Amino acid sequence: MPEANWTPITRVENIPPLEGRAVQTGGIELALFNLGDRFAAIENACPHRGGPLCDGIVSGAIVVCPLHGWRFDLATGMAARAPQPACVATFPARVENGIVFVDLKGGRRMASEQDALEGAA
Amino acid sequence: MKKLVVVGNGMAGVACVEQILKRSRDFEITIFGEETHVNYNRILLSSVLAGEKSADDIVLNRVEWYRDNGIRARLGVRVEQIDRQRRVAIADDGAAEPFDQLILATGSSAFLPPIQGVNKENVHVFRTLDDTRELIAKACEGTRAVVIGGGLLGLEAARGLQLRGCEVTVVHLMETLMERQLDPAGGAFLKRKIESLGIRVLMPRQTQAILGNGRVHGLRFASGEEIEADLVVVAAGIKPNVELAKRAGLEVRRGIVVNDYMETSDPAIYAVGECTEHRGQIFGLVAPLMEQGKVLADAIAGQRGLLFEGAQPAAKLKIMGVEIFSAGSIDEAEPGVEVVRYEDPAEGVYKKLLVKNNRLRGVILVGDASDERRYTQWLREETDLAQSRRHLLFPPPEKDAGLEVAQMPDKEVICGCNGVTKGEIIQAIHEHGIKTFDDLKQRTRASSSCGSCKGLCQQLLRAVAPDFQEETRTTLCSCLPFSYEQLRQIVRGQRLKSVQEVLNVYGNRKGCEVCKPALSYMLDMIWCGEHDEDRSARFINDRVHANIQKDGTFSVVPRMRGGVTSPEELRRIADVAEKYKVRMVKVTGSQRIDLLGIKKADLPRVWADLGMPSGQAYTKGVRMVKTCVGTEFCRFGVQDSTAAGIELERRLENLFTPHKVKMGAVGCPRNCAEATVKDIGMVGQDGSWQVVVGGAAGKSVRKADLLITVETTEEALDACELFFQYYRENANYLERTYDFVERLGIEAIRKETVYAPEAQKNALRERLRRSKGMAKDAWLERDAPVHPTQFAAIEVLGQDRPVEVQ
Repeated sequence: MPEANWTPITRVENIPPLEGRAVQTGGIELALFNLGDRFAAIENACPHRGGPLCDGIVSGAIVVCPLHGWRFDLATGMAARAPQPACVATFPARVENGIVFVDLKGGRRMASEQDALEGAA
Repeated sequence: MKKLVVVGNGMAGVACVEQILKRSRDFEITIFGEETHVNYNRILLSSVLAGEKSADDIVLNRVEWYRDNGIRARLGVRVEQIDRQRRVAIADDGAAEPFDQLILATGSSAFLPPIQGVNKENVHVFRTLDDTRELIAKACEGTRAVVIGGGLLGLEAARGLQLRGCEVTVVHLMETLMERQLDPAGGAFLKRKIESLGIRVLMPRQTQAILGNGRVHGLRFASGEEIEADLVVVAAGIKPNVELAKRAGLEVRRGIVVNDYMETSDPAIYAVGECTEHRGQIFGLVAPLMEQGKVLADAIAGQRGLLFEGAQPAAKLKIMGVEIFSAGSIDEAEPGVEVVRYEDPAEGVYKKLLVKNNRLRGVILVGDASDERRYTQWLREETDLAQSRRHLLFPPPEKDAGLEVAQMPDKEVICGCNGVTKGEIIQAIHEHGIKTFDDLKQRTRASSSCGSCKGLCQQLLRAVAPDFQEETRTTLCSCLPFSYEQLRQIVRGQRLKSVQEVLNVYGNRKGCEVCKPALSYMLDMIWCGEHDEDRSARFINDRVHANIQKDGTFSVVPRMRGGVTSPEELRRIADVAEKYKVRMVKVTGSQRIDLLGIKKADLPRVWADLGMPSGQAYTKGVRMVKTCVGTEFCRFGVQDSTAAGIELERRLENLFTPHKVKMGAVGCPRNCAEATVKDIGMVGQDGSWQVVVGGAAGKSVRKADLLITVETTEEALDACELFFQYYRENANYLERTYDFVERLGIEAIRKETVYAPEAQKNALRERLRRSKGMAKDAWLERDAPVHPTQFAAIEVLGQDRPVEVQ
């Protein structure tokens, strides 16, 4: 495992509850979500047609892509009920002193549902 | 032909007769029913009380069924005596019905605990359709209703009364709600949920007396505490109806004693249903009763095969939106029992499994019963769980729902209540050409009792029936199992003002991309804009007031009323297009101009530079009124359609609608601005206007229906407004006017709008006026964003070095 790179991203109040915002950092674009009791960070591009996932409606722990309705689990990055297997990278996120930190080196892309299960366990 | 008399016309008795008819036609059958109704689904009485279903919706066997099967039904007639010597049943109307064999299906009745004053006016039980009707008549907005009994029936009564607007209190003798099915922790989860719905729960409370002079005005508990009440429902349990059997000298303990063939102590007399006692057990849930019916049918038809060997207690139900499943033995104190438990208070989910020797003994699920089939199977087959101990509480990874039913073996039972297998359903679909769920229910009886297998049945239909027709009366989505009409009533009745409130109380808390925007619309419409707006529940277009494009940029369409613009506006549009390097400037089909490829962060400045209001081209709302030049310039024009169209747009702009509303106004019947294929159209004639509605020229093409012909422009605008508001209030979300008009019929719509009584029209006008008073140009949020980062990009605090994804 590479060393963690916890990067302060933004103050928690900059992202309203159950919404997401795009964040450009380290050459990639993240979608950062405020889930009420926690934050979640994923890659901000739907593998289907590149839709901005930060603009999707949040349904529990799932975000729905605003372009064609693909659904991604914010914890694992796996697409749910998609026509073919797909996933986006997820990044660990935590809150400290009112600031959301994302581990920019902790990005992970699940290869399969099996990985998703092990990752969640 | 043998004479068969059935005493009791309820679910168990009639289901048993259906089974007998399948096996033999050698019987001349007479059914006595004390109630005056044909056989209906008693389990769904709570839905009738709640107003979700009508009495007719819950009928299981219509009059034709009795007639077509040659069954004599004696409804409203009570059998008083059975003369076993002479083999005659004597009814209260004096009839003496001879029989060769007789089935007792007398059911059960409400147990009335020894409470003083229990026969006062406005004290009811909740057992029959007539009880339900009386309750409906008494339950009004603001009635203080007390339900005695916190079991299944009591809670269902409480929910129904609350949906009718009553202030409801549940009084329970025990310390745990539904203590037969739940443990204290599970009961506490349910209590929290019920209280969050606004129902008061008092327990443990022993009711001592019902107070009031002739009519109820309160209750006194054993502790001396008193509460006020206008209406009392006693739901403290049921007791088997055994008096007739007792008088006939049959063996009776708590219920009518039957053996494994459902025979009573007299071999010519059988019993089935809630009146029976088998191996010391009595029954209150439907599945074992259906099983009994089959065993009895085999026996009486002389094919003694099946044995009734009792039943695992199992109950699956949904109470006030909370799924509950309880099966097997839930006694934690049993030696050797291990408990596996999961609790998530935020989600309201509680799961508890009781395991002994690696076999499942019992299960309690609250808030999420999606795994119920797995547990039922483990219980029934006594599956060895040694290998799956790590996966007891959570299902295997999400599967395609269609796959689940596809993978079931043909002999797997889909409807547990009626014992219908997958194979039988598929065979029936092919044999009878079944196309609808209702037809499937009728033909196979699957899903006709508790209804919990409805989803599986529908999946099978979708997979197998070549031209399956979905039900028209559907629910909004699986997050929120209510129809639009029910939800509108709930939102009004419970005065709910935010999407999250509705989801917390009546849904799964989460919501999704389907129900959240629909609820957002509904709340805005019902409260005329005075709701609690929650932008996280809106689609991105309605968060930033622009239309998202395939590359994540947005399109901007300013309002250009009636399609009329000016050189100054055009100059500003041109300047904006250059300044923001707009990739395409496009004249739309709606007589306005679209600026495409604008970044989210630029939106507020683009709007400010344009200095024009939002054209709402991104939302389910008022789009535009397309016009022709009318009498202003046209040689043929007979009405000033341009001015009328601009006025119509001005009156309705900034309002939201179930789906987009595109309008048109034309100055003569040549119809150059295509008003007859618009949602609302004004068609000018010499000396009058025709107002037409429900037109379409998009995915569907439909000529609009004539709503009314009027003389003045003001009358025409008024007619447009009446229809507009009526559509706003009564259409389902995402239902275009052309579907709405076809669904309701133009005649019905005329009666509710332009030909409605003046008071009704004034009410529509008043609600439209209030909504319009709250409606604002959304683009003004450029100066007062609802959130500091509504449009702005997030500035990252930390360092900005390249990263790699593993």
